[in-house]
Amino acid sequence: MAVNFVRPIIPKLAKDPWAIQFDSQGHLKHLLTIEGLGPTWITRILDTAEGFMSVADREIKKVPLLRGRTVVNLFFESSTRTRTTFELAAKRLSADVLNINLSTSATTKGESLLDTLRNIEAMQADMFVVRHDQSGAAHFIARHVAPHVSVLNAGDGWHAHPTQALLDAFTIRRIKGDFAPLRIAIVGDVRHSRVARSQIHAFNSLNVGELRVIGPRTLIPNDIEPLGVRVFHDMRTGLKDVDVIIMLRLQRERMESGLLPTEQEFYRIYGLTEEKLGWAKPDAIVMHPGPANRGVEIESRVADGPQSVILEQVSNGIGVRMAVMALCMSASTE
Amino acid sequence: MMQSMPDTPTLNPIDGLMTQIYRDLHHAIDQGQLTNPLMVGIHSGGVWIAEELHERLNLSDPLGRLNITFYRDDFDTIGLHPQVAPSQLPVDIDGRDIILVDDVLYTGRTIRAALNELFDYGRPARIWLTVLFERDGRELPIAAQTVGQRLQLNPQQQIHVDGPTPLTARIVTREETH
Repeated sequence: MAVNFVRPIIPKLAKDPWAIQFDSQGHLKHLLTIEGLGPTWITRILDTAEGFMSVADREIKKVPLLRGRTVVNLFFESSTRTRTTFELAAKRLSADVLNINLSTSATTKGESLLDTLRNIEAMQADMFVVRHDQSGAAHFIARHVAPHVSVLNAGDGWHAHPTQALLDAFTIRRIKGDFAPLRIAIVGDVRHSRVARSQIHAFNSLNVGELRVIGPRTLIPNDIEPLGVRVFHDMRTGLKDVDVIIMLRLQRERMESGLLPTEQEFYRIYGLTEEKLGWAKPDAIVMHPGPANRGVEIESRVADGPQSVILEQVSNGIGVRMAVMALCMSASTE
Repeated sequence: MMQSMPDTPTLNPIDGLMTQIYRDLHHAIDQGQLTNPLMVGIHSGGVWIAEELHERLNLSDPLGRLNITFYRDDFDTIGLHPQVAPSQLPVDIDGRDIILVDDVLYTGRTIRAALNELFDYGRPARIWLTVLFERDGRELPIAAQTVGQRLQLNPQQQIHVDGPTPLTARIVTREETH
């Protein structure tokens, strides 16, 4: 599947394909991609998430905001962490949650996506959280759902994973404060990463001082620089003076497709070891969207080390997803 | 638009009201109606008032702050206000006497939300509601135990409290279209 990194396959129905994310009053209704949110909405989501973080410290980890609403996790592609944190976020907002794993369900029996959608809509769902291996799937669903339903993209193909980028921005803001003085490096398989795409849009929207991508030529798209990133193929120069290192997951299919020689070779050059971590700033933080391949893109001692904030990312993911759900649902009933 | 109506009641000066509330609470503590109370203010106006009362009463536990945004029943129509700081209840509220402080008691919905939130933190022994102003228009069976001033206002009128320093209050009249 040939997907242009800058513009994935999204039906070009309108001049502004991301306008669908907002209702007629300009309020966020669907979250499909970071594009079109701008710094105001991104900051609003992060600020709202900050308020929700305290819910986790209570004896009763629940607020009644979405009581009586139904959130459906529609996962056409398996994912434990993302589905679990979306589920927990919805439950902490007192919504009812339905998990539908469609990779093993109706679609294999020949039911079309729209038929599946109509059936779940008939169950009076208020929100769909969608993960799909096709770029643009969440966007397609958002265009076809009933008017009261909100759609959240939980990862579509190589296109976008907006809540991951938001929770990463949230994690960085909590630890480092202001984005302007920061140098952030995204390392690894940028070409096939929906996480990287969403991060690049989010960090540029938030005016991060310098954004870098580091990886082999085969895994960095040629047309990426206009998005506002500096490309490095060498870890030592790429990590110099960096405040935040984001390691991407390397998928084994890449080796099979001939884009990479071997895992060992990749690890030797781009795997984040304690030695390579020493090339960044001494207080640099290490992030990973998970699940991490230890010994492929990251050394265990780094993943579990004092500079790693990987588990904080997971906790923060719940607060950020609560914020996105609450904000989108507060529009859907107006 | 703000305008004074001929029959608008006058708000008493806040300094005097605060002193009166302080005395009433002090008396309630002296009489044993409240035992070692924990004070909790509701964002934003309630917190401003609670800060001053907390200091004057010299309470031993730190002041608690409640942000009831996530408990409101009008979330569908007014949305979220993320700029408000999250709730902070620094000590366990189980079995405690709580002085819950707000600026204005009107429909009672804010207090309903605050009570629900408090009970998600624990089971207090008693909740004693203290407000600077109490006006008519209750939609829920909620009453305050300590009140600065009681007023009768028409439905277009609202009491606006601004702060924290100086703490001021005024009656505003909403336009009919509101």
